[in-house]
Amino acid sequence: MNSNVNLLVGLAIGLNLLALGSSRLPSVIGAVAVQGMAIGLMPLLLESDFNWIVALVAVGTMAVKGFVIPVLLRRAMRTANIEREVDPSIGFVPSLLLGAGGTIAAVALARALPLLPEHAGSLLVPGSFASVLTGFVLLIGRSKAIAQVCGYLILENGIYLFGLLLIRTTPLLVEAGILLDLTVGVFVIGIIVDRIQRAFDSLDTSKLTVLRE
Amino acid sequence: MKSLLLIILPLVGAALAALWRSDRTRPWWLPAIGLVHVVLSFWLFLVPPVVAPDAWLGFDPLARAVLPAVSLLFLVCAAYAVPYLQMHAERSNRVFVAALLAMLGLLSAGHQARHLSLLWIATEGLTLAAVPLLHFNATPRALEATWKYLLVGGTGIALSLLGSFFLGYASLHGGGGGDLTFVALASQGAALSRPWVLAAWVLLLVGYGTKMGLAPMHTWKPDAYGEASGIVGALLAGGVTTVAFTAVLRVRMVVAAAGAGAVADRTLLVIGLFSMLVAALFLLGTRDFKRMLAYSSVEHMGILAVGAALGAAGAWAALFHVWSNSLTKGALFLSAGNIRRAAGGRTMDEVRGMATITPHSAAIFVAGMFAVTALPPFGPFFSELGIVRAAFSAGRPGSAAMFLGCLLFVFFGLTRLVFAIVDGRPRAAARVSGRLFPETLSVILPPLVLMGFSLWLGLATPDVLREAWAGAVAQLYPAR
Repeated sequence: MNSNVNLLVGLAIGLNLLALGSSRLPSVIGAVAVQGMAIGLMPLLLESDFNWIVALVAVGTMAVKGFVIPVLLRRAMRTANIEREVDPSIGFVPSLLLGAGGTIAAVALARALPLLPEHAGSLLVPGSFASVLTGFVLLIGRSKAIAQVCGYLILENGIYLFGLLLIRTTPLLVEAGILLDLTVGVFVIGIIVDRIQRAFDSLDTSKLTVLRE
Repeated sequence: MKSLLLIILPLVGAALAALWRSDRTRPWWLPAIGLVHVVLSFWLFLVPPVVAPDAWLGFDPLARAVLPAVSLLFLVCAAYAVPYLQMHAERSNRVFVAALLAMLGLLSAGHQARHLSLLWIATEGLTLAAVPLLHFNATPRALEATWKYLLVGGTGIALSLLGSFFLGYASLHGGGGGDLTFVALASQGAALSRPWVLAAWVLLLVGYGTKMGLAPMHTWKPDAYGEASGIVGALLAGGVTTVAFTAVLRVRMVVAAAGAGAVADRTLLVIGLFSMLVAALFLLGTRDFKRMLAYSSVEHMGILAVGAALGAAGAWAALFHVWSNSLTKGALFLSAGNIRRAAGGRTMDEVRGMATITPHSAAIFVAGMFAVTALPPFGPFFSELGIVRAAFSAGRPGSAAMFLGCLLFVFFGLTRLVFAIVDGRPRAAARVSGRLFPETLSVILPPLVLMGFSLWLGLATPDVLREAWAGAVAQLYPAR
């Protein structure tokens, strides 16, 4: 059971690197979508006995992270008529190197922190740190709004990965609340992306520079 | 029950206002709900209910010490919103009114949250509720501000969730059963895993510090406050930031219980003084009087953080400062809104001589500026004096000196800009736009009332308020 989860975490880490190294927005969105599916599946693998609420959370996560948000992002991409990140502030090769170095650092950090015996062999903690870091690199290093939203999603996925450690002890009510908030948050971001496109005729947030000292 | 009503009533009001047909009468929902909220919160304030230790939500001493101020601020802003929205009759106010009411409900929830996850959900909700409010004017500048707000605020809120998980893991590692109320977490004490507690403290301070607007996570603030209407600015600066501050206080209590209180206080002191310094430097440079208010807010958040770092006496003064800052800042935002509308501009290059065009608002603006730079006899003078005294008695004269130095530079920055706007001969264009937006009693009275509260807090701080702050301090800084 644990090895299946580790396999999925490994997949998520690989998708992080794909998102960092790719200049084509469709492949970044695709990477985020597959990562969301993988992460949504994990609660089912972690729970040994079948539980309806956990199953519901899992299906909901997969639907939102794997389908709804990617569809919204693809639609935003088509209306804005852009396919590529042209001049990122952190280049693709440096991003990849940062991502790879960050993943190694994440593993080292996870070893340094005290973990419960049942979590010692799990990749959840390093996978979570690596994804959070990847999200940050994308948020800071990309200028297109869609790429930044993808970065934010990877950051959220990383946080969700860590949350899985607590899934048994935190009440599920809280889990549902968190899921709802994430959904709404990204939905709002989606609307804003749409508005930015209409007002500025591009999805380039590096053009948002009127407000400064 | 009444404490739950504080949350449910505005949320139901938001739903009903969203369904309400008439754009003209819808804004009246704001003062109506606001008034009931004030009555309820002051009732609870005077007759504090008994809160079960394991309650997830409750009007506990900390909520009692802060929430009535926010409620009062909301009511005054709501009264101002009615004429404001009538002036902007060309746009539908459906979303604006509903989002404001939702914000009130979430503010009440955030202040009363005694559970790590509930606190986070309320803060996340507040972040989202502010989005349509910031974007109300629908200009490209407002859009840019909203995007930056969402990106920075969204990242901050994500980090505070990760920090909450870390704190949850610290509890799990220490043998906790998954009870994430602050009381339960603090009762675990030294059993909480120290590395995880420290990591959680860093993330939660960064996360909630982003919502407070502590430097260097303050970058969204000047843009958002600069573009938002006066009401939204006042509620963000006086309401949302206080939720984030009480969140920091509650988390600090857990960290201190885990034996890392000294580390927490040192980081709070450093980040507080750094915020004050950054704000002071930017205030010396900015030419936009609405952005000026944002940097002033960064400064006051720094003051709150410094107060929280200085033990019980400092925290008491910080809670006092929450009141004096919220109410005074509200007066400044509302009068600045009046001035901006009449002037048709926002920088000292475009605006001057507002004392002749909007004499009342300009007078309130100048008085508010003096109040917020801690001139006696207004409230902020006494609360900041309390913090300086706490710094000396805690044996930190260096911090007190830096604190006072920053206040001096802030005073230079604010007076420079405020008098450039108020004095001189008004521009011809402003005379025209000033006639379009005349000063009516309905837009002068709300900021005046807030200034009155600020003066009253300074001259005659009611004993019941002092006792409420002391109760919150006893809750958050238990004597060892």
